[in-house]
Amino acid sequence: MTGFFDIPSDLQHSWLGLIGLHLREALLPVLAGLVAALPIAQLCARFRWLYPPVLGVTTVLYAVPSLAFFVVLIDYTGQTELTVMIPLAVYSLVVLVPAIVDGVRSVSQETLAAATAMGFGPLRRYLQVQLPIAVPAILAGLRVATVSSISLVSVGALIGNQGALGNLLADAMFYHRPVLAVNSVVTTAVLAILVDALLVLVRLVLTPWMPPGARPKRKAAARPEPAAVAGEEAAR
Amino acid sequence: MIRIDSVTKRYPDGTVAVDRLSLEIPDRSITVLVGPSGCGKTTTLRMINRMVEPSEGTITIDGADISRQPVNSLRRSMGYVIQNAGLFQHRTIVDNIATVPRLLGWSKDRARARARELMERVGLDASLAKRYPYQLSGGQQQRVGVARALAADPPVLLMDEPFSAVDPIVRKGLQEELLRIQDELGKTIVFVTHDIDEAIRLGTMVAVLRTGGRLAQYAPPAELLSSPADSFVEDFLGTDRGIRRLSFFTSETLELKKTPIVAVDSTAEQIASRTDPDTPYLLVTGLDGRPLGWSEPEDLVAGEIETERLLPYGRPFVHGKDSLRAALDAAVLSPTGWAVAVDGDGQVIGAVSQQTIGEAIRSAHAEGRDDAKVAG
Ligand SMILES: Nc1ncnc2c1ncn2[C@@H]1O[C@H](COP(=O)(O)OP(=O)(O)O)[C@@H](O)[C@H]1O
Ligand SMILES: [Mg+2]
Repeated sequence: MTGFFDIPSDLQHSWLGLIGLHLREALLPVLAGLVAALPIAQLCARFRWLYPPVLGVTTVLYAVPSLAFFVVLIDYTGQTELTVMIPLAVYSLVVLVPAIVDGVRSVSQETLAAATAMGFGPLRRYLQVQLPIAVPAILAGLRVATVSSISLVSVGALIGNQGALGNLLADAMFYHRPVLAVNSVVTTAVLAILVDALLVLVRLVLTPWMPPGARPKRKAAARPEPAAVAGEEAAR
Repeated sequence: MIRIDSVTKRYPDGTVAVDRLSLEIPDRSITVLVGPSGCGKTTTLRMINRMVEPSEGTITIDGADISRQPVNSLRRSMGYVIQNAGLFQHRTIVDNIATVPRLLGWSKDRARARARELMERVGLDASLAKRYPYQLSGGQQQRVGVARALAADPPVLLMDEPFSAVDPIVRKGLQEELLRIQDELGKTIVFVTHDIDEAIRLGTMVAVLRTGGRLAQYAPPAELLSSPADSFVEDFLGTDRGIRRLSFFTSETLELKKTPIVAVDSTAEQIASRTDPDTPYLLVTGLDGRPLGWSEPEDLVAGEIETERLLPYGRPFVHGKDSLRAALDAAVLSPTGWAVAVDGDGQVIGAVSQQTIGEAIRSAHAEGRDDAKVAG
């Protein structure tokens, strides 16, 4: 009962089970964030005056520490997974909206004029021209959102053991087994790197039209995440 | 016929981009809008497909007011080509070209078959079909732009400086290709450029616009060159409009001299018989009838003509096909001052002196002036 992969029974999961839980808690919010960000970004791209206030609100939301978020939410959603996932979804939204808007806006005036001149209406133009061309920027945003989400899930350990792999940190202290802490940190980092590499792969598959070597511009909108940097290095 | 009737465009910021412009754009020909940057060419073009709505005036096509037509179907009936092509970078070449047919509801297969047909028409190799725009040169992208505009076989083609961003040699090729396609398809083309040479080369009719969006002159290119309406048009045509105008006169009327021509295998008597005080040089031709070079008669020794010691002959002109401009150019480039005339196969049929070309130019200009008087 002291091996690297032996997980204390109070967590009610095997090591692999914790990984599954961790991924679910980290990725579902990103997905929710993406679904919400797409229409918001479309409105921002179409009505330019909307973007500055939206950006302001999202920046303020991003500045709220995750712990403060959890504390507020506990009153409403209790010590549940949802309490962890809602802030993560908001963070993802905050990263993705500017990424999509910038990507959509990076489509050249000529391409837009050509689409309009060929008889594309605004919605068709957004879906068939602007959004596909924004895919590299959107995926760059998704990478930042996903990696920070994976690392932030661990904070959930503080609210009723909802931190998946993060719960190992608490157990490491409780059972005096530092190896559990190492397990938690290493597994989370490897997970982040793998998911990030997967997203790079998705980008390559989705954008055969990009010149090799051209990299999407990555806005410095998000806090730099060591795991994100590591993931990017690994992907090269 | 596209009829632009006293159209004015005032942008919300107060800029008057087009000022009471009236133009009748004839069917099945190329009408060029030319003028300095900012004179309202793009605005005018975009009013024809309603990407810009006029502030005043009307535009009709075959009598029907375009402001009453559904905007997207109006646009799909007009091909649109722009500078840098504006291709969809995320779609393959064949799918780029198939865009409008797909919008019109054609099946994917039919649209792609049509796209491949057009690639051939604009001179694109079929192997490029599955490539993406970034894999093509600027000139190839522009061809894709033209093919895409033609895909649904629209009667009207709007072209906004389509060839401005490619280098001069590629541009010349694209212009020739456009004229060839136009010969085959007979579209109503409205072509915008700031390059007066391009306007004169391509236009059946040329509308010169001045800054502020007013029409300075609307005339066929030859008339523009012979009788510019005012000093603005004259300045815009540039200092060599006299020379450029020669492009519109045929070299057919030039009287060729056949005496100063000797074949490389001529005998001494033949060489002697060619000597003529009027022609200080003799042109030596090869056994295939093509020019080899000029020489003074006394340097030619029968049976021992050293072709590498001959004077260069410059660039010959094709008699009857090339213009007086090409003939004059050939004479100016020739070190002897004589232009070499060849037939369609490149065989020498005569030579002509700068003096003779000068006389032909004078008489052509005289006729040209008469034509201009008759016309207006
Ligand atoms: N959307 C716009 N709003 C305000 N002014 C414009 C707009 N588009 C063009 N203009 C102005 O209208 C004039 C004509 O522009 P344009 O038609 O693009 O000229 P051209 O194509 O001949 O260079 C210019 O002075 C330009 O600055
Ligand atoms: Mg323009």
